[in-house]
Amino acid sequence: MDMKPSSKHSSLPLQAYLDHAATTPMRPEAIAAMSEQFGSVGNASSLHGAGRRARRVVEESRELIASHVGAAPSEIVFTAGGTESDNLAVKGLFWARSASDPQQKKILTSSIEHHALLDPLVWLAQEAGAVVVQAGVDAQARVDLEQVTEFIALDPQAFAVISIMLANNEVGTVQPLAELVELANKYGIPIHTDAVQAVGQLDVDFAELGVDAMSISAHKLGGPAGVGALVLGRNIEPTPLLHGGGQERNVRSGTLDVPAIAGFAAAVDAAAMDRVERNAHVASLRDNLVKRILDVVPDAIVNGDQQFSEQYRLPNNAHFSFPGCEGDALLMLLDAKGVECSTGSACSAGIAQPSHVLLAMGATSSTARSSLRFSLGWTSTQADVDAVISAIGPAVERARMASATLVDQA
Amino acid sequence: MKVVAALSGGVDSAVAAARAVDAGHEVVGVHLALSASQQTHRNGSRGCCTLEDSRDARRIADVLGIPFYIWDLSEEFRRDVVDDFIAEYQAGRTPNPCIRCNESIKFSAVLNRARALCFDAICTGHYARIESNADGQRALLRGVDPKKDQSYVLGVLSQQDLSQSMFPLGDSTKDHVRQEAAARGLLVADKSDSYDVCFIPDGDTGAFLRSQLGDQPGDIVDQSGEVVGSHQGAFAFTVGQRRGLSLGDPADDGRARFVLSIEPVNNTVVVGPRESLAVQTLELEPTINVSDEEVSIFDVQWRAHGSTTPAHPVLSDSNVVEAVVLVEPAYGIAAGQELVMYHEERVVGSARIRSATS
Repeated sequence: MDMKPSSKHSSLPLQAYLDHAATTPMRPEAIAAMSEQFGSVGNASSLHGAGRRARRVVEESRELIASHVGAAPSEIVFTAGGTESDNLAVKGLFWARSASDPQQKKILTSSIEHHALLDPLVWLAQEAGAVVVQAGVDAQARVDLEQVTEFIALDPQAFAVISIMLANNEVGTVQPLAELVELANKYGIPIHTDAVQAVGQLDVDFAELGVDAMSISAHKLGGPAGVGALVLGRNIEPTPLLHGGGQERNVRSGTLDVPAIAGFAAAVDAAAMDRVERNAHVASLRDNLVKRILDVVPDAIVNGDQQFSEQYRLPNNAHFSFPGCEGDALLMLLDAKGVECSTGSACSAGIAQPSHVLLAMGATSSTARSSLRFSLGWTSTQADVDAVISAIGPAVERARMASATLVDQA
Repeated sequence: MKVVAALSGGVDSAVAAARAVDAGHEVVGVHLALSASQQTHRNGSRGCCTLEDSRDARRIADVLGIPFYIWDLSEEFRRDVVDDFIAEYQAGRTPNPCIRCNESIKFSAVLNRARALCFDAICTGHYARIESNADGQRALLRGVDPKKDQSYVLGVLSQQDLSQSMFPLGDSTKDHVRQEAAARGLLVADKSDSYDVCFIPDGDTGAFLRSQLGDQPGDIVDQSGEVVGSHQGAFAFTVGQRRGLSLGDPADDGRARFVLSIEPVNNTVVVGPRESLAVQTLELEPTINVSDEEVSIFDVQWRAHGSTTPAHPVLSDSNVVEAVVLVEPAYGIAAGQELVMYHEERVVGSARIRSATS
């Protein structure tokens, strides 16, 4: 695989993009597949020739994605992305299960889920009588299995659904899904996992994993934003969020976006094809980044699992707390130097709240606010890492002075 | 210079930032998140700091081609402005929260943070002018648009604050600024002005204070001490207020009664006829240093868009202004209001009114 940045990024020679966990550049294969489809007409539900042609593209895409994630084609339900997939899984399964047995009001989850999962659960608790039980995590952000076991064993009949992510989006910790699935199976509780950060990076096999539902997002793995899938076991029937034309097993109505689905499939394919070499490259860049940041800022704290193998931590994730700094100030200073990273999950409201993930790991509010995530991807180069290293020292020094002025006033 | 342009999402700060960009400065747009619980949409012309304003600010930065960040100062704002506002009313005074915000947020917390982050100055859309004297001293002057002049709420700024501030709209009228915004393609050109206290979006200060302080029933008395009514909290009254007293019986002489004073210690509101509101001596806190002034009479102003009155300074032994004596008595001046002294167009000093007596 050619590890040099592709020519389409040459328009931004000075930018070091280290926010692939937010979104990663589109794969050329995805752009080509989409471009080809943009010029064609056809509603995949129509019966005539144009419809059949569109349908064929959708089904071939479905089969390609299914083959790479270890699922049957009929188990791929296309959605508008990770957020919709998460909502459909937990709301749909809660509604379906609690309708058939009003006793089943409880939902088990973790304290480090993405807002796309946590917020629907808050909504279910407020509006639909759900009782949400959150298992804690250890200091490395791994879900406390003992606590999960206790919570479930206490009242197994009451659980409508379990939902725990496969890999955390902020600190990259891979969760013990096999053990969780075993537990869920023991009590016959459906289990969903948000695999938005994992698919494309880890070797995720839906059947082997044994979950009942799994969320995927195209733009996290080199496809377009606005499309994703809920991989849904054949016998799992969530109540739909969207009612209409009955597309996608009657679980998700709406005309299918043929170009987006074609781009999604091409990206899944490309990501699977070069996964092993790419991960080796990305992980070695990440390891280099972590080591050199600690050289420049010796008191920086590496958050997440300290074992950097794929089994424990996403290969593209580096997450730090910089004591005495505000993440917001660091982000601005690095942005001015062309280094693009993140303080945590992007917040549309604009007011940075301390990350619930860091707080769940036991960090103080000020440590949580001092954090930055660097996430690498298929276009990352040594030059990106070098750019961070040359910018981070002065940025931390500046940010510490800025924080000191605020503390002085308090 | 490297400049932080405070972008509220309104037309004034947008044009100010645009002018700073045109002047060749390296400008970064910053929207201040001042409320921890933002409203989604603006409620008429009132309030600011909504999500809609934050989006407008971001779009302005896009159009100007400058970076944009949101700085969360909600904790500082709550502590230094909102809590101060509540405490001042509770203590029977009438505060001006915009001045406290300029003093402790915009030109203190924000300016300090900007300085620490390598910026040289802050640029805002205030209608006021800064002039440099030959000796390097800065003077704050009124904006040229008399309807929009905001020098009153900036009078608290120190020499150092002024040397690191830019007010590019000081020489412009509001009409001109709106035209310029439209010509520049800034989508907020027609956005209505914000008025009143931004953290009380419905404009009902009394209800806001009651929600924060709870009911504190007490008496309304006349100047002889006779109880003439009751209230649900002395904090909800302002000296000079006439409406909302809910006094059942008219005064013996049948004339309207006004709030003369608020006595927080015994939770009493004192009312009386208008002439009893007349005051002439205003004691100040802190004092104003005018040692280099040769004039013996100034114009003083105690409301943001109020008129001015000539006044003589009362100097202490150490030659600072401890009080001013108005040439003519004035009505409805409350403790806690800010008094700004002007010499012609120039701000000489600014201080809180500690007491107002006849």
